[in-house]
Amino acid sequence: MFRFFLTRLLTFVPTFVGVTLISFAFIRVLPGDPIIVMAGERGMSEARYQELREQFGFDQPVLVQFWDYLTGILHGDLGMSYVTKKPVWDEFFALFPATVELSLCAIVLAICLGLPAGVIAAVNRGKFFDRALMSTALVGYSMPIFWWALLLIIVFSGTLGWTPVSGRIDLLYYFPDATGFMLIDSLMSGQKGAFASAISHLILPSIVLATIPLAVIARQTRSAMLEVLGEDYIRTARAKGLSPMRVSGLHALRNALIPVVTVIGLSVGVLLAGAILTETIFSWPGIGKWMVDSIYRRDYPVVQGGLLLIAGMVMIVNLIVDLLYGVINPKIRKR
Amino acid sequence: MTLHTFLTTSALALSMASAAAAQQTLVYCSEGSPEGFDPALYTSGTTFDAAGQAVYARLVEFKTGTTEVVPGLAESYDISEDGKTYTFHLRPGTKFQTTDFFTPTRDLNADDVIFSFMRQLDPENPFHNASGGTFEYFNAMSMPELIENIEKVDDLTVAFHLTRPEAPFIANMAMDFASIMSKEYADQLLEAGRPDMLNQQPLGAGPFAFVAYQKDAVIRYRKHEGFYREGLPKLDNLIFAITPDASVRYQKLKAGECHVMPFPNPADIEEMKSEDGIVVEEQEGLNVGYMAYNTQQPPFDNPKVRKALNMAMDKQAIIDVVFQGAGEIAKNPIPPTMWSYNDAVEDDPYDPEAAKAMLEAEGVTDLSMKLWAMPVQRPYNPNARRMAEMMQADFEKVGVNAEIVSYEWGEYLDRSKEVDRDGAVLLGWTGDNGDPDNFLATLLSCDGVGGANRSQWCYEPFEELIQKAKTLPTQAERAKLYEEAQVIFKEQAPWATIAHSKVFMPMREEVKGYKVHPLGLHIFTEVSLDK
Repeated sequence: MFRFFLTRLLTFVPTFVGVTLISFAFIRVLPGDPIIVMAGERGMSEARYQELREQFGFDQPVLVQFWDYLTGILHGDLGMSYVTKKPVWDEFFALFPATVELSLCAIVLAICLGLPAGVIAAVNRGKFFDRALMSTALVGYSMPIFWWALLLIIVFSGTLGWTPVSGRIDLLYYFPDATGFMLIDSLMSGQKGAFASAISHLILPSIVLATIPLAVIARQTRSAMLEVLGEDYIRTARAKGLSPMRVSGLHALRNALIPVVTVIGLSVGVLLAGAILTETIFSWPGIGKWMVDSIYRRDYPVVQGGLLLIAGMVMIVNLIVDLLYGVINPKIRKR
Repeated sequence: MTLHTFLTTSALALSMASAAAAQQTLVYCSEGSPEGFDPALYTSGTTFDAAGQAVYARLVEFKTGTTEVVPGLAESYDISEDGKTYTFHLRPGTKFQTTDFFTPTRDLNADDVIFSFMRQLDPENPFHNASGGTFEYFNAMSMPELIENIEKVDDLTVAFHLTRPEAPFIANMAMDFASIMSKEYADQLLEAGRPDMLNQQPLGAGPFAFVAYQKDAVIRYRKHEGFYREGLPKLDNLIFAITPDASVRYQKLKAGECHVMPFPNPADIEEMKSEDGIVVEEQEGLNVGYMAYNTQQPPFDNPKVRKALNMAMDKQAIIDVVFQGAGEIAKNPIPPTMWSYNDAVEDDPYDPEAAKAMLEAEGVTDLSMKLWAMPVQRPYNPNARRMAEMMQADFEKVGVNAEIVSYEWGEYLDRSKEVDRDGAVLLGWTGDNGDPDNFLATLLSCDGVGGANRSQWCYEPFEELIQKAKTLPTQAERAKLYEEAQVIFKEQAPWATIAHSKVFMPMREEVKGYKVHPLGLHIFTEVSLDK
């Protein structure tokens, strides 16, 4: 197990360096001089332009800039936002809890609905139920998030008035940010109705964000289950007279879970990509929205640092999934 | 009762019970997060709304809904004979805000005014670099060259000595970068070693005191009880709910989750107007969308060729399609809401036949040109690509082959400045201060060639008028020269003037006293809720 862990950890290093390089190069390959964009139509004098270039370090050769960036990272310094002049770290940590809260709700929703849906579809293979579930999953998978979110807002908030349109809580509530997690903060605030308001604000964005992972998990569970259900030991279990519930729920699902865990791990990347759109539409103050705003403003350090942090997060989650995988399936560790 | 109404009513009931009964709280669904809270550091309207207009006040102000300059923190001002000294007489007894983070011990005085400008002017000032400062507007308005020194005459009198007479100076003093800050508060921050907090916890003498900001989510303000304008503001609390998507803003407005929203989708406006409980205010924006020829490159160095192309353009069709009716045809380089607008100028008629004949008479046949379309949406041009395609079709009818080109926005701005640039550029301008100089001199003077003057047009008779107008003391005298300048502009046609866009502000019907501001600012000082 230790060896397995160590090799996994070692591959982490080159991947991280690669991501650093890509995130640095990526925004420099994109056209657009942030200083010119900053001034807009108004423009600025040549002297002023040079002054700002110097201030932001653009007058240095690219290699020097990269070196400064790398050494900065090693010292835990991701630079400062050009726009707000605050350290990228500080901004990230102020917004990160909102994204985590939303992503957790979404992934829990996706697992709670996706797993049973996949199992039910597999057990009822070829029947109406299976077809209905799988075609719904396909629709969910191919849904453009932007459109889907607006549709839900218009129906459930606009027409029916069941859920609030956007934001994290009714703005009439006001309490300090203790943990950054609205569900916890609203409970701690002791204000009546605050917690319910926070939950009602979570409903639509969670559904939207869960849609794609939910579809993926359901489809993956179904195919893994089908494979396992064809195995000899299942036939044996059935022959022993175990109830169908026990067979599929206990014997089959445990083995089918292995590929599903991988898919859930991979969904974290999908979730973060989805969060960028979902957060923008629902005015959810998380890192997705932060990145979008920063790209529009050509705020290089934020885009760079944000990409790095997000990539790091996906890698950590994948590492955890790999280790979990080893726990569920002992065969993996030996390889 | 639905879940949501239940929740909102219980929340409302609670806030009603806890606070005094008739608290007026207005929620404004703003379009984005402010870049910071120091209006001198930034150039975006989003930041001006959140900081400059809500928290701060200035020596002089734009009267809400107009570009007229009225007294603000200065009761009055005098201009010296030579036009080089402006003396401001401050309003006695003006209070700064009291907040959780600062309690003022004295009223506003000359030191505050001097501090507010010196931190921008003097690189040695501890606040000059406190927030990585780039005082773009201060520089763009040539303040560093213009201000010779600022003198404290007495506690309530400040004199600005200028290096030259500059008539637009007084309008500049009403702009957001000229917001007056408290020196006492700044000193406290300096002592605490946190000068950067000036940009994070703003404190001014404006209508609303800053309470809290949660990045990308909400900004809270409460009424500044000691505001210098009697009986204002009327609201007790002001909340900015940051909502970047226009469709979502509209849904929130409909659901009553916010009271006012800026920047609606043009396509939604008709529906909004017929929606119960929503009213849509509108006003012409202080802007112009244009196409700038390169007047230094043949055949566009010939005014007749430029005129002919202007006549080939079906501007009404552009207004209908690109602006979806939310704009009007521009004939002058300044918008009609601005003083000195010359309504007697006649626009080039749409006449492809005559245009074709004119081009032939000038010996221009088989002309191929580049037509630059901006890659971004701007208030003065919601869809440059579509506009360019329509122009391309119009030009084809007179035998001119136009190739549409586009670059990334930064590149576009930069390359379009080049004096030997190929082709005509779509661009525009939104006024900063309501002064015609801000359009005519910034965009069309000889100094601007290779810079903001995208037509590379330097024309002596026009230049003389606009330079002279800058030095005259009265608006009436200046207006005469600007009117003449517009006549010359039309004859010489360095641009095709295309459109002035309209600004729409949808709001709930209980919002009273809101005026759409031509400079694009969103001001809640005089607003109340009628319930």
